[in-house]
Amino acid sequence: MAYSFDFSAVFDYSDVLLQGILMTVQLTAVGTVFGVGLGIVGAAVMTSRSRILRVIVSAYVELIRNTPFLVQLFFIFFGLPALGFRLSAWEAASLAMVINLGAYSTEIIRAGIEATPKGQIEAGLSLGMNRVQVFRHIIISPAMQRIWPALSSQIVIVMLGSAVCSQIAAEELTYAANFIQSRNFRAFESYFVTTILYLALAIALRFVLKMVGNHMFKRRSHA
Amino acid sequence: MSLVKLQGIRKSYGSNEVLKGIDLTVNEGQVVALIGRSGSGKSTLLRTINGLEEINGGALEVDGEMLRPGHTNLRALRMKVGMVFQQFNLFPHLSAIENVMLAPVVVKKQNKAEAREVAAACLAKVGLADKEKSYPDQLSGGQQQRVAIARALAMQPRVLLCDEITSALDPELVNEVLNVVRKLAEEGMTLILVTHEMRFARDVCDNLVFMHGGKIREQGEPEQLFAAPATAELSQFVGSVAFH
Repeated sequence: MAYSFDFSAVFDYSDVLLQGILMTVQLTAVGTVFGVGLGIVGAAVMTSRSRILRVIVSAYVELIRNTPFLVQLFFIFFGLPALGFRLSAWEAASLAMVINLGAYSTEIIRAGIEATPKGQIEAGLSLGMNRVQVFRHIIISPAMQRIWPALSSQIVIVMLGSAVCSQIAAEELTYAANFIQSRNFRAFESYFVTTILYLALAIALRFVLKMVGNHMFKRRSHA
Repeated sequence: MSLVKLQGIRKSYGSNEVLKGIDLTVNEGQVVALIGRSGSGKSTLLRTINGLEEINGGALEVDGEMLRPGHTNLRALRMKVGMVFQQFNLFPHLSAIENVMLAPVVVKKQNKAEAREVAAACLAKVGLADKEKSYPDQLSGGQQQRVAIARALAMQPRVLLCDEITSALDPELVNEVLNVVRKLAEEGMTLILVTHEMRFARDVCDNLVFMHGGKIREQGEPEQLFAAPATAELSQFVGSVAFH
């Protein structure tokens, strides 16, 4: 019995797919901007002199890096309402993405900060700058440049991981695929198209991140 | 008039005491070289003068700013003391002029236009007016070190510390840096240098300070010190260094 392919059955739902893509992109954008922001703060704390703050941040990082994203998402969406903290699917998905990427990027950015030559910090201090000024003007930009490729990969992983958010009915791309194949029973075609779309999104995201990197770090990486 | 005054400076790393009570006075406009073998404590001493090394005992004063253990205003001190390092330590993500402008803008809150003007003048002074837009990795070692000097000068320090600033340079690049230092000395800048360039020390410095084992063993005018060392350690040291 030969299977007859019918992709038009998927493209009939192209508005649903488009909505899905849009939400995946939105989740990724929010997750990246706030997640990396959180990562910079986390990394600053991890390299600071306050022991208490360091312990708190490393507890957060270890908690997130050693538990499944799906469970983190369920906890936020299904668990927190018990404490009176009720979020929409979109809000819960965004929050989970931010918290997840925040933990991974804390570790990645910390590595970049720790590679700062000690002499550059001393040069800043000897010019009368305080520790915050040294961090802001001397340390962070070269540190971000050093780890930008690693951070870019992590952002792509998080974008692909957003597929999990379909499980709380956040209407992103995977949710759209599930919805379409439940209507037209064309599982092969639906997931094939979705796979291609994720691939295209990932390639586009890598390209965008590379451009952003080129724009932010005009100098080639040196030490 | 004394500008820098060290009294009984002590510094230990754990149980290892590397500065064992240093007294030193440097007058305004004086050029002083700290010499001695590696491990004699001269770099450590230099780094205490702007608070990069915390002191365990004694007191130091630069132009009225006091520093003693547990009683520190490092920022005020560092505004008066410039420092140039062996490894240049330029900020790699900033162009030459941005390196020089950064501290005046961030620390002294100068507006950017004004700071740019000062920075351009400082770069011109070290002979790099045409390299304003170059990044550190586009400059030779000698040029990078001259940018580092301009960067320190832009903060208008009362005294400039130079920590072996030619030791990381290829031989043919040493002179362009030393010539800048010589010019600063002639203009009356107060300088304290750690150096292995004995000929330069002899020609340019008013005062040489010979350190050995964490103490000052001898000090005086270069000619006199080299011609007639009073201690065995100095005569041995003088014998071992080449006057190239």
